[in-house]
Amino acid sequence: MSKYTEDDLREELKTKEYEYGFYTDIESDTFPNGLNEEIVIAISKKKEEPEWMTAWRLEAFKIWKEMEEPDWANVNYEKPDFQAISYYSAPNSKPKYDSIDEVDPELLATFEKLGISLDEQKKLAGVAMDVVVDSVSVATTFKKTLGEKGIIFMSMSEAIKEHPELVKKHLGTVVPQKDNFYAALNSAVFSDGSFCYIPKGVRCPMELSTYFRINQAGTGQFERTLVVADEGSYVSYLEGCTAPSRDENQLHAAVVELIAMEDAEIKYSTVQNWYPGNAEGKGGVFNFVTKRGLCEKNAKISWTQVETGSAVTWKYPSCILKGDNSVGEFYSIAVTNNYQQADTGTKMIHLGKNTKSTIISKGISAGHSQNSYRGLVQINSRAENARNFSQCDSLLMGNECGAHTFPYIEAKNKSAMIEHEATTSKIGEDQIFYCNQRGIDTEKAIALIVNGFSKEVLNKLPMEFAVEAQKLLEISLEGSVG
Amino acid sequence: MELKEKLVSSFMAFEDTVDVHSSIHDIRTEAIKTFEEEGFPSKRLEDWKYTSLNSILKHDYSVFPKHENDIEFKDVKKYFIHDIDAYKIIFIDGKYASHLSQTTHDGLDVCLMSAALTKPKYKVIIDNYFNKIAAKNGISSLNTAFSYEGAYINIPKNKVVEKPIQIIHFSTGNEAAVMLQPRNLIVVNENAHVQIIERHQSLTDNPVLTNSVTEIFTNKRAIVDYYKIQNDRQSASLIDNTFVNQKQESLAKVHTFSFGGKLIRNNLNFYQNGERIDSTMKGITIIGDKQHVDHNTLVHHIEPNCESHQDYKGIFDDNSTGVFNGKVVVEKEAQKTNAFQANNNVLMSDKASINTKPQLEIFADDVKCSHGCTIGQLDESAMFYLRSRGIPEKEARALLMFAFSNNVLDSVKIPEIKNRITKIIANKLGVNIGFDL
Repeated sequence: MSKYTEDDLREELKTKEYEYGFYTDIESDTFPNGLNEEIVIAISKKKEEPEWMTAWRLEAFKIWKEMEEPDWANVNYEKPDFQAISYYSAPNSKPKYDSIDEVDPELLATFEKLGISLDEQKKLAGVAMDVVVDSVSVATTFKKTLGEKGIIFMSMSEAIKEHPELVKKHLGTVVPQKDNFYAALNSAVFSDGSFCYIPKGVRCPMELSTYFRINQAGTGQFERTLVVADEGSYVSYLEGCTAPSRDENQLHAAVVELIAMEDAEIKYSTVQNWYPGNAEGKGGVFNFVTKRGLCEKNAKISWTQVETGSAVTWKYPSCILKGDNSVGEFYSIAVTNNYQQADTGTKMIHLGKNTKSTIISKGISAGHSQNSYRGLVQINSRAENARNFSQCDSLLMGNECGAHTFPYIEAKNKSAMIEHEATTSKIGEDQIFYCNQRGIDTEKAIALIVNGFSKEVLNKLPMEFAVEAQKLLEISLEGSVG
Repeated sequence: MELKEKLVSSFMAFEDTVDVHSSIHDIRTEAIKTFEEEGFPSKRLEDWKYTSLNSILKHDYSVFPKHENDIEFKDVKKYFIHDIDAYKIIFIDGKYASHLSQTTHDGLDVCLMSAALTKPKYKVIIDNYFNKIAAKNGISSLNTAFSYEGAYINIPKNKVVEKPIQIIHFSTGNEAAVMLQPRNLIVVNENAHVQIIERHQSLTDNPVLTNSVTEIFTNKRAIVDYYKIQNDRQSASLIDNTFVNQKQESLAKVHTFSFGGKLIRNNLNFYQNGERIDSTMKGITIIGDKQHVDHNTLVHHIEPNCESHQDYKGIFDDNSTGVFNGKVVVEKEAQKTNAFQANNNVLMSDKASINTKPQLEIFADDVKCSHGCTIGQLDESAMFYLRSRGIPEKEARALLMFAFSNNVLDSVKIPEIKNRITKIIANKLGVNIGFDL
């Protein structure tokens, strides 16, 4: 594994291109701006949803109307006007550019560095290109393998139609409609997302990824993901991709729900690289996500995230350790540069006996950015022998940025063992000097040190992601130290 | 009538009768307005998330207790660190008790706030320092509005005060319930050194609520060593607001020992206005029953090359609750800051709880900041070791707990205080051992 180099990656990505299809929707219609009950009903109708789903959405909308936008996070941004957003737009079939020459050269340079092949570059940038015919067969092979094991992996709208009993049973059980402002909004208007069900005792043979899910490219700004791992099953799920996406939607409010039943294990990895705005902090995506997992007895949920994009990130992937002996893990790297702001962290709620949680958070801030870790570790009075270890390290580059930690620790049981440590530091001149001395230029040296700093988290990523994520860190911090 | 309304209306009724500098009248009037707007803090405020004042605000406190000084020194001797010579500023029910006190004007001022606020010769200092760093929030403003009595200490340049200063507030319980609002001002000038011991003690089981504000100014290279002993009865509650403004190369240390009282809230704030400053705050909290102790600390690093050290230990038994909320802010200019924060806790009972929130806000890149926080139990193997050598369980437990909190005591400079604290700890843990093994 250690011999896997960038060149291998480039090679692999070149051959990999067949896996990506090009989704073309014949219909292209967009709803008028604004949000009211009619729009919610219209979205539901458009997606040909059953009545219970429409009712569920309306209930969420009613709750949302009563709620106020929260402002406790350590971020500053202009609040979005919820009436100025169009809540439904079918994936845009019209290519944005006619040829690759029209694409922003800066973007192309980034693709180049990530080692993304030309065809893929075109697709990611939204350049018109022919549909890769072979992709159909790849998709079929995937579907067949999964089908044999009884694994259901499809878009949320399909799942509502094909497996209503499963969706109805689990949707909103971990993140209820009234959970928070953005979860309520998402519940009312979510456009699509993924649904995944792993039957009892099945070990999913491949990494499931929205990236691989052929023909479902545009998931839209209100994504809803539900992963259910039945007793004794295992699944590793990947979300997002390392390539920068120039999404025009300013507000993203996704909801992810994970349910790990007895003895099940879910590993959820995210790489997020949405448009962070330009160097002056103009534009960029607001990423307000609610992610939460529920662990039954002996279950395990592991969140791994690499956050490099978005102008404002506000998310806390959490674990409710309900069952005895359940385990929650959170590994995160959040990189902010220029004027980006991130307020991210996790919540570990220990309810069952002998529950264990680990939190490793690495924050890297450069430029004028602000990076906050906010976490909660709660040991309830019945959670005997609960164990938590948290570590949050921050790395500061330049004196215009800020790093903040807000850890909340609440223990109500005497047998709890909790450790929390946090450090803040910068890249030492001696470290850079050491590298320079050995012929490594400063930029490379910084990349090397940052990689070392974030190694504990990078190691938790699935292989193919880890290499890309490493490159991504490098690119995100480019030019941040003079 | 609710306490808030009672306080506001009694302020209105008595303000004209108070004889202080006219500028103080303005400050007091301004402050009562702030209190009227903000009132007592509620759990909805982030800083008060884990501490509710509701249970202590329900009593009908008398705001201006009657003047009765019938306490003899022999009755209260045990509350003094009596085996050392010290300046003493003693108050009984908020009124100065001259027969128990020992003040001075000889080379330094150790006297009363009421004198400083009324006599013209102190006016310059009052104008320069009074209410300059106290927070303008509801609870501190309430004290400002009623500020009249307390300790006034002014140490001139290059003066090393040879003996410590003890400030003790007694409450006699002559009233059914009493609210006290002492206000202290401590100015330590260039190169001066001073040690101060503060204690609040209630003599009966009638409820007492103390809302104290202390402003401390340490000028260039000054050293202040401040000890707060909080071992009051279960009926007494304390909200202590201490603000320390430090100038370059000064050193300020505050030790807080919280063993008694119903509800204790310590708001301890350090502002570092200069280079090469050192701020140290340490604390031991050992409580049980339904006691509640909340340490809320802030260190504001404003200029480069400064340090801060925080070390808080807590042992919580029965239904007690502990809160630690430590905040370190490092401004952009404050390069080369070293800030350390540690908070270690032991829960002894299933009904005890601890909420801790060590918070860092850092805007400078060349800094070393860290915080560590643990919650755990006593080491079973250490317990076994002690017991296998014939030490009974209770004593073994006490020894381990003492060892756990010992490094806070290490930095106590006055041996008599150290002895006193170890005695209190032994007493608190119900054992008869000296710990000076």
